[in-house]
Amino acid sequence: MKIILRTLTAGVATTALLAGAAQADTLRLLTWGGYAPENVIEKFEAETGHTVEVTMSNNEEMIAKLRATGGGGFDLAQPSQDRIAGPQAEFGIYKPIDMSQIKTELFVPSMLDATKANSTVDGEIYAVPHIWGTSGLIVNTADAETVKDYTDLCDPSLEGKVSYRLKRPTLIGFAFSMGLDPFAAYGDEAAYTEIMDQVEAKLVECKPVVKTYWTGGDELLNLVRSGEVVAAMAWDTGGWKLNSDNADINFVAPTSGALGWIDTFVLPAKGQSDQAAYDYINFVMQPEIAAMITESAGNFTASKGADEFASDELKAQYQGSFPAEAVDNIKWYPPVPAGLEVIEGGILDRVKAAQ
Amino acid sequence: MAASARLGFILLLMPLLLWLTLLIIIPHVDMALLSLRERVGVGEYETSIANYKTVLTEPLYMRTFMRTAVMSIMATLITLLIAFPVSYYIAKMVRGRARSVLFLLCLIPFWVSELVRTFGWMILLRETGVISQFLQWSGVVSGPVEMLYNDAAIMTGLVYTSMLFMVVPLVTTLDSLDDAVIEAGYDLGGSGWSVMREIVIPHAVPGIVSGCIVVFMLSLGNYLTPTMLGGKDSLWFTEMIYSQFIVRFNWELGAAFGFMLLFASSFIIWAMLRLTGQTLERTMG
Amino acid sequence: MTPDLECTALTRRFGDTLAVDDVSFSVPAGSFFSILGPSGCGKTTIMRMIAGFLEPTSGDIAIKGRSVLDVPPNKRPVNMVFQHLALFPMMNIEANIGYGLRRAGMSKGEIARKVDEVLDRIGLPGVGKRKVDELSGGQRQRIAIARCMVLEPDVLLLDEPLGALDLKLRERMKIELKSLQAEFDTTFVYITHDQSEALVMSDHIAVMNKGRFEQVGSGQDLYYRPETPFVASFVGESNRWRGTVERTDGDTVQLRTDTGLTMRAAAKGQAAKGASVDIFVRPEAIRLGRDAADLAQFDNLLSGTTSSLLFNGAASRIIVTSDETGGEVEVTLPQSGEFADLKRGAPVHIGWSAAQANCFSAGED
Repeated sequence: MKIILRTLTAGVATTALLAGAAQADTLRLLTWGGYAPENVIEKFEAETGHTVEVTMSNNEEMIAKLRATGGGGFDLAQPSQDRIAGPQAEFGIYKPIDMSQIKTELFVPSMLDATKANSTVDGEIYAVPHIWGTSGLIVNTADAETVKDYTDLCDPSLEGKVSYRLKRPTLIGFAFSMGLDPFAAYGDEAAYTEIMDQVEAKLVECKPVVKTYWTGGDELLNLVRSGEVVAAMAWDTGGWKLNSDNADINFVAPTSGALGWIDTFVLPAKGQSDQAAYDYINFVMQPEIAAMITESAGNFTASKGADEFASDELKAQYQGSFPAEAVDNIKWYPPVPAGLEVIEGGILDRVKAAQ
Repeated sequence: MAASARLGFILLLMPLLLWLTLLIIIPHVDMALLSLRERVGVGEYETSIANYKTVLTEPLYMRTFMRTAVMSIMATLITLLIAFPVSYYIAKMVRGRARSVLFLLCLIPFWVSELVRTFGWMILLRETGVISQFLQWSGVVSGPVEMLYNDAAIMTGLVYTSMLFMVVPLVTTLDSLDDAVIEAGYDLGGSGWSVMREIVIPHAVPGIVSGCIVVFMLSLGNYLTPTMLGGKDSLWFTEMIYSQFIVRFNWELGAAFGFMLLFASSFIIWAMLRLTGQTLERTMG
Repeated sequence: MTPDLECTALTRRFGDTLAVDDVSFSVPAGSFFSILGPSGCGKTTIMRMIAGFLEPTSGDIAIKGRSVLDVPPNKRPVNMVFQHLALFPMMNIEANIGYGLRRAGMSKGEIARKVDEVLDRIGLPGVGKRKVDELSGGQRQRIAIARCMVLEPDVLLLDEPLGALDLKLRERMKIELKSLQAEFDTTFVYITHDQSEALVMSDHIAVMNKGRFEQVGSGQDLYYRPETPFVASFVGESNRWRGTVERTDGDTVQLRTDTGLTMRAAAKGQAAKGASVDIFVRPEAIRLGRDAADLAQFDNLLSGTTSSLLFNGAASRIIVTSDETGGEVEVTLPQSGEFADLKRGAPVHIGWSAAQANCFSAGED
């Protein structure tokens, strides 16, 4: 069986290699919706001669896809920076980045350094930053002005009008809002489990208030826009989008702190066009290109000087949601140690099953 | 001559064999091996049955599984109850053009993807949806009604999604029943009900069973409908498999879930066949 | 005595088509009545109206003197043997036969007794537990009849039940059906397009064409004394000519066919001099002779040559071409052996009586 499998794999791999060699300048990009807008791709293709195939996904699916192929099928991926070190140690799905190929002068230095530090495994750097943002609360102030923090989503007066995801950011957010510090317990499974048990109890207690656990960004935006949901836990960009349509709705940084994430560039272990990948990274980090992406994705990039090109409306919304002290209060995700998902998974399953 | 005939036979068989081996057997063997691994450290695994133990000992998983199975059986029965009169009408009561038109009407929902169909139901059932607004407009209720995110919504979606797969085998078997046999039933003194019970239904059993098997499997393995229409309480087993594989990176437990589902659904179908005295050859052949 | 079945002015329309056109007949108790006609003549429509599956457009159906128009099919004292028998494939023989009794609410023991009894009567004891498809065609036929007869209907309708059987079996079943009818002593109404089935089994036969009855009578009546050209041509085989009347002499007419033959024939209905007529002479009514003198007693004589030999066992024929006019006549070859050595081209003499030549004024067909 093993031999057959190996022969088959080798055969498939050879074919793939041959196919890859014939068109080495095709860049297969695994990214988030909005991160690779049409106009940027067109410009990149015109400028470099490479062609780009875009596949849209999310953190978990990106890692699952790369894990299924052992890091093949894509040449460039964009998981969040907390999802680099753990999966790399566990599954070995990325390859180190050759920093000499990266135009580091295009990056905001503090962000580049933080990402490098967070994505270093065995002395090799695996990621550079691209887009950053936060998750916090989207509140319709006309109906739910009392909501200031995650735990306020449990207010019984909001019954049937609240929504959040059943995913790890919710667990982390609730933990902070309950005065706990999950990030500090990352390295200590027992302590982390204890924190999570408390969060579980809280989420089960809050369940009757929830209308539904949303699963897709558009689904949530619809719920809030129609007025069926008045307070939710979501990304900042979603809140700003809604704010443009309805001034009552806005993104609110929770008092316990918004959760900050940075989406990165990584090279999948079996990527075949590293050169095109480096070209793409250097291309999109140019300030004016980065501004185009900000326009499409709604989030700011790690490109130095790109903010100047961003629209005034977005800047105003950002400042409205993030007074200076709120920016300082952002909790940046540290790398998730491998295996933590299993603890969180059990919690999430039990919350989902609770009546 | 015989040798070349044999060669021809093997060549003709190749696509099937390749299909079976590459897409069915190898993935399943891989899954079986995966489900028997236990993670003991970073990148370190051991062979064990720990995953199956987890499935069987964690009441949450068993409960979800039982719920999925029971809901699927209910969806199958409701689908059968609705599809049977429809099929009987198509197969026996109408002729010619009207018949093709009716059949086409059953088919039309399947021209769009399941996602779109489920969205359709969400538009109808949600709090600011069509039905809720109609009820408010007509004065039956005073405030908005939420009809989404409950078991009834899941059931509606499952039945709707499965209808065609019940109607097709039923129409086929009912079609094969000679009209004269039904007339003979009446002629010999049978009433509408007794003809239905003693003649039509016994004749349609192979169609009923094959329709039920397909609908049951579709419901059990459905992911979109229960998650989208069920919301916070959907608790569907495929959702658990998905989250083990994709969200938790716990392929080992996910594979064990997958095998549990395979065994249990095979068992339920076997029981269904035994109960109705049918064989797989008769219902599928 | 009231007839078992009486239809009065029975009419049925399908849209613009008149499938059954003002048909009246009655079937005496205990008799075997056949409706014979080509497919599409409306005989099945009549049968379905009697069974109750179709409503007549107008007219009445009475069974044992009582109108059954308001009675649904499952309450009519009439049962039907379907063309393809329509045995219930999902039940065994016993359940098939017991079906009607169960519906009538009879007790289990009684049903079992009745089923055994009827199986004995049709000569198939002990097949109760078998499946329908384990029986032969002829056995299934008998089961289909038993399934109806066990309910003791006033009238049993049979819709071409022998159609699906092969020739040999069909011959045997004709006799068997007749004896089953005698055995059960029930009124049978049988429809068929096969004249031989009708002739062999029936007490009375109605020949049907285009929604109407052409003639009702015994087999002999229809065969020897057809009243319409349709009956003459549909029942049995005939030489058929078109001709002109040259002279009338009471019921006998002298005429000349378009092919040039002259003959004397029995006029049925109006046949004035100069009228155009159809003449029917059955091949088996024509006598063959080697010598003209042997046939002196016949009204019509003809000399000719054997132009073809159509060997078909008992129904072998020859075609004789007239020396005089070249007209052709089909003649049945006697089976006594005296003409066994007849060769093609051999000269022969034929003769037939005027009474055997039926002459009708030429109709539209």
